[in-house]
Amino acid sequence: MLPDYGSSSERRVPQVENEHEKSNDCVQEPTLSELEQFAIEIKHLRKVFGEKVAVRDLTLSVRKGEIFGFLGPNGAGKSTSIKMLLGLATATSGEAYVLGMPAGDVEARRKVGFLPENFRFYEWLTPAELIHLHGRLCGVSSAVLTQRVPMLIDMVGLTPHINKRLQNFSKGMLQRAGLAQALVHEPDIIFLDEPTSGLDPLGRRMVRDIIRAQRDRGATVFLNSHILSEIEITCDEVVFIREGEVVTSRDLRKQQEEAARVNVRARKLTAECIAGLSRWGDSVEVDDDRLTMTVSSRENLPDILRFLVGSGAEVFQFTPQRLSLEELFINVMGEDRGL
Amino acid sequence: MAGITFREAARKKILWTALLAGVGFLLVFGIGLRLQVGDFRNSGVPPFLRYQVVSAMLMIGLYTVDLLAVVMTTLTSVDTISGEITSGTIHAIATKPMARWQILIGKWLGFVAMSGVYVALMFGGTIAEGYYIGGVMARNPLHGGSLVFLECVVALSVTFMFGTWFSTLTSGVITLGMLGVAFLGGWLEQMSGFTEGSRLAMVGIVSSLLMPSEAVWRRAAFEMESPLSASLQFSIFSDISIPSAAMIGYACVYLFIALGIAVYHFSERDL
Repeated sequence: MLPDYGSSSERRVPQVENEHEKSNDCVQEPTLSELEQFAIEIKHLRKVFGEKVAVRDLTLSVRKGEIFGFLGPNGAGKSTSIKMLLGLATATSGEAYVLGMPAGDVEARRKVGFLPENFRFYEWLTPAELIHLHGRLCGVSSAVLTQRVPMLIDMVGLTPHINKRLQNFSKGMLQRAGLAQALVHEPDIIFLDEPTSGLDPLGRRMVRDIIRAQRDRGATVFLNSHILSEIEITCDEVVFIREGEVVTSRDLRKQQEEAARVNVRARKLTAECIAGLSRWGDSVEVDDDRLTMTVSSRENLPDILRFLVGSGAEVFQFTPQRLSLEELFINVMGEDRGL
Repeated sequence: MAGITFREAARKKILWTALLAGVGFLLVFGIGLRLQVGDFRNSGVPPFLRYQVVSAMLMIGLYTVDLLAVVMTTLTSVDTISGEITSGTIHAIATKPMARWQILIGKWLGFVAMSGVYVALMFGGTIAEGYYIGGVMARNPLHGGSLVFLECVVALSVTFMFGTWFSTLTSGVITLGMLGVAFLGGWLEQMSGFTEGSRLAMVGIVSSLLMPSEAVWRRAAFEMESPLSASLQFSIFSDISIPSAAMIGYACVYLFIALGIAVYHFSERDL
């Protein structure tokens, strides 16, 4: 979720107006209760490579125990942001906390699992050796791993390939092995960067089930994926980022607060009536007796219908449709810029 | 991490290939030595001269071991940091609960151990062949072996340092280039001894300061060669310009500075 920035219904993060506000000096230390409440807290995070701004001003929070979707087009700064949260890259300015500890802190990493995009590891290992090695690097005892490794291999469906070396694995199989290594130490927070991109539908379903199981045991999952249909049915909350800034967020658990598209068939739609509808939605299109509009919250639907009838329109059909995450993504991000 | 490095070398057959090549070298050296000793028996060459020639052969064998060990160390370790950064393999490791310096030092220790095993087997094998087949013994084999090992660790640390900055190919080219400069500088300094040319000696010293590997070998050669053999200049390693103990101290400091830079840069850089 985003921190409360006032009454904005979209909870849009305000643009930082000047460089002074971007400086570290204005970043307030998070309170103890905030740190306890959030698995991740990011304030005005910025990363610059030479003259290229990879992450402009990222501010967001992720509650403990939720599945959080991190969405944005290519080049939006998602991977760089994840790298900063994991200590793989240093922020130019701003602050980031993982489980109440500064991002990249060794103690924080003890509780973090990570599946990188395009997971690569020593190809001379078998999956069991890979998971065992990662477990040892995380401080899990060999005795515990002896029991846990076969369970994890079974969970990700690699038992038939347990004695094969990773060099003979497909991308999907490597992702399964990578997912198992990310979970070997039962982390409190799991970062998954495109975990299903190489998987078939059954594999995706397996990953979905694993992610939910992790949430059920109390872990937080930070999910970066381009497969929006997967995100939509898996995540509790999503944010959309563009050029390293949060553009908007959506709580997928709150159906009533969701944006929706309304298809209306009505006669006697006057110009005043159409103009009046704009208070509930930003895109009103009329084609003869058919009207389509997008509303920011489904809670406004009764008011819209009342307004139409009150304006003298004869309404034959009033059909709200849930806006898919993909449609929302396209609405928010605009057209493809070929990044 | 040190254990992984060892296992990787074994699984990727690097260790076995290197050892096989080493056995091949020892076989060729042993056959050559035996043939030479046999020829001497039949030719009636005086025992004093025989001893000096076989001693020179031993030094050539040890020099070959030295070159092989340094090049092997460089080639096997050049991909370990830069390659894992390029491929992204490092992402899954560097996010584990350990400091970056632990990753780098762990890998470094793994290669140090491998170089140690390689030098011990090859050096020990060559010395043993010299003793049992040729009947000659290096003067201070332990000192010599330790210095050859030091030379390998210097090359390893330089390889690691460049590996934190550049791609595998670039860091390999730079390190081998530096070893080449040191090699040439060492021989130029050696040649300067014949004419007592201070300018040529200066070129050699500067080269040794840039990369002290060859200077360490020349000290090792000085430690192993008999004083008589050195004074009679039977061997190409009969050093006229002998690197001082201070140069060995410099090589040790150089090694730790290179390793320190590698650790610092690897800890600070984005992955």
